Amino acid sequence: MPTSLTINGSSHTVDLPDEVPLLWVLRDEIGLTGTKFGCGVAACGACTVQIDGEAVRSCQVALGDVWGEVTTIEGLGTPDAMNKIQQAWVEHQVAQCGYCQSGQIMQAAALLAENPSPSDDEIDEAMAGNLCRCGTYPRIRAAIHTAAGNLKEA
Amino acid sequence: MASIGKIARRTFLIGSAAIVGGVAFGVYYVRRPAPNPLEPAEGEAALNPFVLIDRQGVTLFAPRAEMGQGVKTTWAALIAEELDVELDQVRVLHGPAAAAYYNSAMIGEGLPNKGYDISDFQHNVGQALGEIGKVLSLHVTGGSTSMKDGFERMREAGATARETLKEAAAQRLGVDRASLTTVAGKVVAPDGTEIPYPELAEAAAQIDPPEATLRDPGQWRYLGKHVPRVDMVGKSTGTAEFGIDVRLPEMKFASVRMNPRLGGGMKGFDASAAEAMPGVETVVDLDGGVAVIASNTWLAMQAVDAIEVEWDEAPYPPETDALFERIAAAFDTDANSTMRDDGDVSTLPEGATEITAEYRLPYLAHATMEPMNGTAIYSGGRVEFWGGNQAPTFTRDKIAETAGLDSDAVDVHTTYMGGGFGRRGEFDFAVIAAKVAMAVPGTPVQTTWSREEDMRHDFYRPGAMARMRGAVKDGKAVLLDGQIAAQSALFQAMGRLGVPSGGPDKVLVEGAFNQPYAIPNYRIRGHVADLAVPVGFWRSVGNSFNGFFHDTFLDEMAHLAGVDPLEFRLEHMKTEHPPSAGCLEAVRDMSGWTGKTPDDVGRGVGFTYSFGTPVAQIIEVVDEDSTIRISKAWIACDMGLALDPGTVEAQMVSGMVYGLSAACFGEITYAGGEVEQGNFPDYEVLRMHTAPVTEVRVLETNRHMGGAGEPGTPPAMPALGNALFDLTGRRARTLPLNREFDLLI
Repeated sequence: MPTSLTINGSSHTVDLPDEVPLLWVLRDEIGLTGTKFGCGVAACGACTVQIDGEAVRSCQVALGDVWGEVTTIEGLGTPDAMNKIQQAWVEHQVAQCGYCQSGQIMQAAALLAENPSPSDDEIDEAMAGNLCRCGTYPRIRAAIHTAAGNLKEA
Repeated sequence: MASIGKIARRTFLIGSAAIVGGVAFGVYYVRRPAPNPLEPAEGEAALNPFVLIDRQGVTLFAPRAEMGQGVKTTWAALIAEELDVELDQVRVLHGPAAAAYYNSAMIGEGLPNKGYDISDFQHNVGQALGEIGKVLSLHVTGGSTSMKDGFERMREAGATARETLKEAAAQRLGVDRASLTTVAGKVVAPDGTEIPYPELAEAAAQIDPPEATLRDPGQWRYLGKHVPRVDMVGKSTGTAEFGIDVRLPEMKFASVRMNPRLGGGMKGFDASAAEAMPGVETVVDLDGGVAVIASNTWLAMQAVDAIEVEWDEAPYPPETDALFERIAAAFDTDANSTMRDDGDVSTLPEGATEITAEYRLPYLAHATMEPMNGTAIYSGGRVEFWGGNQAPTFTRDKIAETAGLDSDAVDVHTTYMGGGFGRRGEFDFAVIAAKVAMAVPGTPVQTTWSREEDMRHDFYRPGAMARMRGAVKDGKAVLLDGQIAAQSALFQAMGRLGVPSGGPDKVLVEGAFNQPYAIPNYRIRGHVADLAVPVGFWRSVGNSFNGFFHDTFLDEMAHLAGVDPLEFRLEHMKTEHPPSAGCLEAVRDMSGWTGKTPDDVGRGVGFTYSFGTPVAQIIEVVDEDSTIRISKAWIACDMGLALDPGTVEAQMVSGMVYGLSAACFGEITYAGGEVEQGNFPDYEVLRMHTAPVTEVRVLETNRHMGGAGEPGTPPAMPALGNALFDLTGRRARTLPLNREFDLLI
């Protein structure tokens, strides 16, 4: 049965079993490959997207359960029009392999929407579920602080 | 090995852009020692296209695996430095699999010297030997070699191209080439006339490249400074294309299950349930495993899991303890190597106090964030492959072998890598992707492994043991006699390439035999354990276990001698290798090391010289309500020359975090021949709140340039163990540490 979704402000209709996780709908059906597959069990955070502004692991949200508008990394900003969080990521030269960074940025965006001035401890708590095998954590933390400052000025 | 026929075809492929209105420059022009490019030894050099200019602009080729270490940017900066182009105005591509893109530094690393003590002559011998890389088509990224490899060659490529473009401009303007300058992709005449490079490309293609001299480092604009990475915007916007992101028209998605008893075969399978599942299109018998091709990856994963398979037994003892019994038994065999044998270790010096210790480290998985995958299409007697890989020519040749094709019939497109750490130097994932695609000719198929398949089908860091014997007298080490036993990752990897190997395995003992300490009686022997568990290159390779063995034992010797562990190391190092001593002094000063800490704080020092770079680290741990947290870290390295200090700093932190993750939590164990760990909940790694706040200092006094991607990993493990000893008085002789210590998760 076709399912309708709103992703990054656009409507999409897909014809897939209800239990297919949102991650794979995004990647293999819609072609939005910015959201990454890392573990499939909500243990790494690489697949983080937002549903109605809440950060969720898209590998654990079944297509049939998507309850609101989906925002992916592609919806946050583009290379020519980056969001302030993405700009901070570039300013701090955060990414190494870069594979986890879409998830990191989506998690950080949800944090900053809820808490405009997070402390180090609050950042650590919010980001604890997002793994980075390259160990970019110090730069992620710095970029979140910079983004917080720049978002307040805007 | 590339044939002349292949060379000619590849030349044309790259050169075709020149023929249609552009020019390809390469160091072939610089190093052309004989006129006939099709002489085999010379012909290989004819394939060195690093700069391509056409009417659209300038393209630089950085044919090294970008797996996070920043090589794409710094490699391009080496060319841009001499070519005078702005990095944000050029394209940087990886390029095809080609012998021309051989690694000239890797083979020199195999010389039987310690590294830190080599003469300029030996250094040059290493560079000369590197040319063998051409003959072997050694298009490989690994061993922290890229900058050593590219430093001269890429600047030469840029400089030669620049002078050729100037000559073309000189001829057009009727002026002397020496009167012209270049800036930002343009030739500038004395009267201010500017000619963009693309307008000169066709004329330049007709010119025999003139000699070019390299600029004095004082004139550098890019090198020695942090250059914004060319991949940063793509990786911050989800637009950088990893192997798993390749999308082709009409593409199908597959997943795979190979025998979890690694290397064992398959007796048979029943796919009837899988075939009835939604989205399933084809079940593929991979001879040793099965794959399902479906309409999306998740449906393929569900279906491949539903196949009932009867697997053969593992070709190795099926339990962890039995594997380590075999490793221990290697101590009783003849040594494979005695790479260091100073003085006489057979007699305990008079008045010295002896100490012995046995260490044991587990097998480890790479656990790259991007699970193994590959995309391929098989049609018309050709295979085209897309994916992250650290060895494009080997990948190409293995796919060709699998498909029964000539290497010329295989094209490899190397994408960004969601981590490599040595795992993507293998080609199993590419071969599997090709086999799956061969089941549906004409249809592109992306084969993605589940995380569990990835973790359970790795080429693991070998489990390893060490037996160390040492002696101290009057506060100094007077004897150190170490034996290392493990499987040989090198021999196994060579075997997979079909290259016979033997003789002393330097990699097995690196990080132990070549440490810069003046100890009068000093011997290191390596023993190869003969086991069929798949093992491979894991970030820092042999150093990843020997760093722990050697440095932890030094710490034990320092405590036995009653000397501060940092000063103990320094004392034995300062005359042997001053740059190494400088690293220890730097972390001592940065951390305010006094050798004393409050009761709830522990500090440990670790040091390893690896890949030409000495790295010292101090790790601080704190006891917080009986849970131990890694709070701070200080790192000092001596790169000789840090081409991009910002990237070096990032790699030092990265290497340390990778090492700490392994030290705290990393362990691959076996039951019934199968790996017990399958996903991150069983294979915990450091997270933001468990990683230390870190300060890095990059020194540049070393005589020769060192590597950056790996040397940060080895000292992290002993430094943490030594810190826990300082905190608790308990000495960790095995890893992971969370078995014995209550570490914060």
